[in-house]
Amino acid sequence: MNDSESKPLSDVERIKSASQHLRGTLVESLADPLTGAIADDDTQLSKFHGIYQQDDRDIRQERRKQRLEPAFSFMIRARIPGGRMTPAQWLAFDAIGRRYGNDSVRVTTRQAVQFHGVIKRRLKTTMQAINTSLLDTLAACGDVNRNVMAPANPATSPAFAAVQAAAQSMSDHLCPRTNAYHEVWLDKEKLIDTADEVEPIYGKTYLPRKFKAAFVIPPDNDVDVYSQDLGFVAVVEAGQLVGFNVMVGGGMGMSHGEPETYPRLASTIGFCRPAAVNAVAAAVVTTQRDFGDRTNRKHARLKYTIDTHGLAWFRDEVNRRLDEPLEAAREVRFTHTGDRYGWQQASDGSWQHTFFVENGRVADSESQQLLSAMREIASLNAGAFILTPNQNVIVAGLNDAERREVAALIAKYNLSSDSVSALRAHSLACVGFPTCGLAMAESERYMPELVTKVDALLDKHGVADVPIVARMTGCPNGCARPYLAEIGLVGKAPGRYNLLLGASFNGDRLNRLYKENIDETEILATLDELFAGFASQRHAAESFGDFLHRSGRLTRSGTPTDFHSPQAVTR
Amino acid sequence: MSTVAKAVAATLPLEQDQLDSLTALGQVLPPDALLWSSGYLAGIAAARASAQDAPTSPVATNAPRLTILFGSQTGNGQRLAEDLAVQAAQRSVNARVVNLSDYRPADIRREKAIALIVSTHGEGEPPDDAEALYDFLMSERAPRLESLVFSVLGLGDSSYAQFCQTGIDFDARLAELGATRLADRVDCDTDFAEPAAAWADVTLQAAANVATPVATAPILHAVKTPLFSAERPFASQLVVNQKITGRDSTKDVRHIEFDIDGSGLTYEPGDALGIHVANPPALVSELCEVLGLDSSAAVGDSTLAAALSDTFEITVASRAFVDRYAALTGNAELARLLEDDQRQTLAAYLAERQIVDIVREHPSLPTAAEFLACLRPLKPRLYSIASSPLVSNAEIAITVAAVRYEAYGRAHWGAASTHLADQRQPGDSVSIYVEPNPRFRLPTDPTLPIIMVGPGTGVAPFRAFLEHRDASGAGGDNWLFFGDRESREDFLYQLDWARYRKRGVLTRMDVAFSRDQTAKIYVQDRLREHGTDVFAWLQRGAHLYVCGDATSMAPDVHAALIDIVATGLGDDRAAAEDYVKQLKRDGRYQRDVY
Repeated sequence: MNDSESKPLSDVERIKSASQHLRGTLVESLADPLTGAIADDDTQLSKFHGIYQQDDRDIRQERRKQRLEPAFSFMIRARIPGGRMTPAQWLAFDAIGRRYGNDSVRVTTRQAVQFHGVIKRRLKTTMQAINTSLLDTLAACGDVNRNVMAPANPATSPAFAAVQAAAQSMSDHLCPRTNAYHEVWLDKEKLIDTADEVEPIYGKTYLPRKFKAAFVIPPDNDVDVYSQDLGFVAVVEAGQLVGFNVMVGGGMGMSHGEPETYPRLASTIGFCRPAAVNAVAAAVVTTQRDFGDRTNRKHARLKYTIDTHGLAWFRDEVNRRLDEPLEAAREVRFTHTGDRYGWQQASDGSWQHTFFVENGRVADSESQQLLSAMREIASLNAGAFILTPNQNVIVAGLNDAERREVAALIAKYNLSSDSVSALRAHSLACVGFPTCGLAMAESERYMPELVTKVDALLDKHGVADVPIVARMTGCPNGCARPYLAEIGLVGKAPGRYNLLLGASFNGDRLNRLYKENIDETEILATLDELFAGFASQRHAAESFGDFLHRSGRLTRSGTPTDFHSPQAVTR
Repeated sequence: MSTVAKAVAATLPLEQDQLDSLTALGQVLPPDALLWSSGYLAGIAAARASAQDAPTSPVATNAPRLTILFGSQTGNGQRLAEDLAVQAAQRSVNARVVNLSDYRPADIRREKAIALIVSTHGEGEPPDDAEALYDFLMSERAPRLESLVFSVLGLGDSSYAQFCQTGIDFDARLAELGATRLADRVDCDTDFAEPAAAWADVTLQAAANVATPVATAPILHAVKTPLFSAERPFASQLVVNQKITGRDSTKDVRHIEFDIDGSGLTYEPGDALGIHVANPPALVSELCEVLGLDSSAAVGDSTLAAALSDTFEITVASRAFVDRYAALTGNAELARLLEDDQRQTLAAYLAERQIVDIVREHPSLPTAAEFLACLRPLKPRLYSIASSPLVSNAEIAITVAAVRYEAYGRAHWGAASTHLADQRQPGDSVSIYVEPNPRFRLPTDPTLPIIMVGPGTGVAPFRAFLEHRDASGAGGDNWLFFGDRESREDFLYQLDWARYRKRGVLTRMDVAFSRDQTAKIYVQDRLREHGTDVFAWLQRGAHLYVCGDATSMAPDVHAALIDIVATGLGDDRAAAEDYVKQLKRDGRYQRDVY
């Protein structure tokens, strides 16, 4: 092992260790009527239960003057492997969102659902309502394997069902075994001696940091498999799933001004048969458990463990933990990361419709009653709801009659995505202000209007129909995978962003920092100039990111400096 | 020392060296400080005297013939009693002043003449101080008092239904017990100065005929002369005007601080701050408009607008106003409200209306002078002080709920609260003075536990208490009950409580937010919920304080307290009543309710 042993463990390690398998003082915190918050240490533990303490940052200063504590509320993230829900579950979530959570259901970039603005005294009721719907929130956040992603579009491959099943199985295999969740939220009987409790895969301090896993079926790369700690890339031969290429060490998060932090693409270390998936996952997870850096949370993700020890060492360590070593990886090819909107027919003849949900926010607004519409569609109790990694919703598995009913509702609520621009259809934004504690700049609340302005530029240059992947986050931690965007915007301060350019359209190449800390005027001026060149010099079917590289406007070193030293000087 | 001083010294109860010190001080201190010192020393004398008198209040053989008894929640009763004593001395009537809280009820048998000054609270109840004598006289144990002569001055507010009820009760009961009136009872409204002076005059004239003339020089009476008073307020600068309810609150509550640095203004936790206010300008113009009067019309040296703004009460409608306005306009409907069987109706009528509403409903076109004659003078408003002088002697803080509501198709404003909340910003001058509240004091023993019940702005003095106990290192436990509507919006001083809890000063805190859940929960419910502990605290000597609404909260808390004690004493209600009364007598159950 490395020199981390001589350094003190990070504070979160102390909290995990003393928590008796994630119990901490959560019960006492929930019962304290003098504050809408939970105890400091419990805010770390609640994440493992799928709960983030947040506060309304718009009014934080105002309330300090009012001698009131911040307007605390909680974000609850449900764990939904592969984003798959029944219509009944959607209805349950719709009711929870309207009753406890800001009148909306927020679809995340990991196919989960978030409720925002749940206040402490309603937390337990909300958790129980989620549980009643036969979903839960355990391990939706925290230093564990989080919501397992899987391809969203059933129409892409006959192997879809087999891959979904593998994802569900792995999700179950890596789920924490602690009884704490049931005791704290569901009033289940307390274990008399928690010392007897065992976490077979995680141990009592769980992982050094969050861990993200996904399954994908090429040529779709909707899950952005290169951004995952662990990726299983389906290899399908003659319509049959034969196994998976195993990818490790992807990750988005970095910190401004800390060059030792950087986004990294996952590396392929081999191939495994479907039956070996859970064993391979456990081998990767336990290697990270044993060798990850627990002294520095900014250096604790799997990508740093691999870069510290070397990829070959890592593969050997994983193989050492397996009965059968990994085989040689197979050839795969990805074409795109985005969703296909509208109606499609799957290979089994069933119909599906992909709904465009701007930044994943399912809510009623003056312009569109999306929450009401989805509720009415779910009330048909037909097919399945699938949340996509691009924050959209697919209603799948409809027969002809059901298709007609859904089509009528699409017309009634005017939900057609035909008028959505190619740029908007390929845009993502994280939640950001006002609830996210990490946000440095606006994201979800600002992205729609910026897209409108960028669209105007594309239109001016006659390239508005070219799909461009554009993503915004309010901080550099990367929830909306901004480093895999052709146009990435990462918040630095209110109204100011780092502009990153040049990722590939299929998600296998990172972008690089182009201009640092710029405002909207400069973002638009910079893009205007680049779009002009793109319009006049673009090769046939060339993506914007590829064009920037071919034309020499952008160069990458492939090292972390790509994300810390801007290529172009800010005016 | 001068000859004069020597001559004086011969008659004074001072040793030579003590007199020297005093004379030296007299030469170095500026006039203001001298004035202040006289009050200070008098205060010490009064405190010692009452401390010595307290247990028995003996009526010695050479007892003064007129005993002036006062019982009131504000300082008004005490001031009137002291004024009466001074006037008595001037008329050579031997008199003594006793606070009813220090008076042993059975001693009433031995009195020859009493002048009773008493206020009324809540639903016609006696103030805490007067309760012991009240209960004694109303009970079957009350003695016949044929040899007693008496005179009662009632203090009250005619906007309440049971106006001066306690004075009425005492007056009637004393007569029933055989005592003879020295003078007819007088019921005073909030502008009590004139009727009280007339009552004092009649009372003393009658007393002079009964009481033995004083043989010796008048006793030195401890008249407290504070540096600032309602009549001589301090022009302070408002330094903080901060809303302390959240943006979605249904209430507008302000934390307001005044700069008193270098003023010499002193106070103790529990005291109130008197504030001279002006009426809302919009209300003044509206009233002029409804009356058809020109707001710039001359009234004395000033204008009608100025008079309505600064001199007269126009937000609170009183019985007196209805009386005078009915007479002015000859309005039968209003006159009917003044009849004896209409008390409840009148109270409800007044509770819902400001003066402008009444004028609008019953329009008339009086002259400015005629209308002003219907009004009561604008009185300073009193607010519990929310800070401790130990924490900052440069600022003094209060907590103000701005009163604004819609009724009868127009916006309504409270005078003082909106004056402070809306019209006064940092830098503005506001006239203030300290109104001492000796009946609301922290225990002198810092190790004793205290229980504080203060929902809404009633929590203000408890912020002062906690600051004080924290700053003075008092070791006693502190338990606060607070309540309001919504925890997220109305948790007044939430960050302060969190800090005191963290520091261990706030031992316990229980909260009741009525709108946080479907069932309405109030502080009295929390008291009952923790009744066993409340009783245990009382058993180990806790002092209990209640501050806030007198109409429903205080009686509800009182009822809860009786239940809690009854349970603690094995379901003995009678014993519980006695226990709580004894708490009051011992100064361990103090209320500042309004």
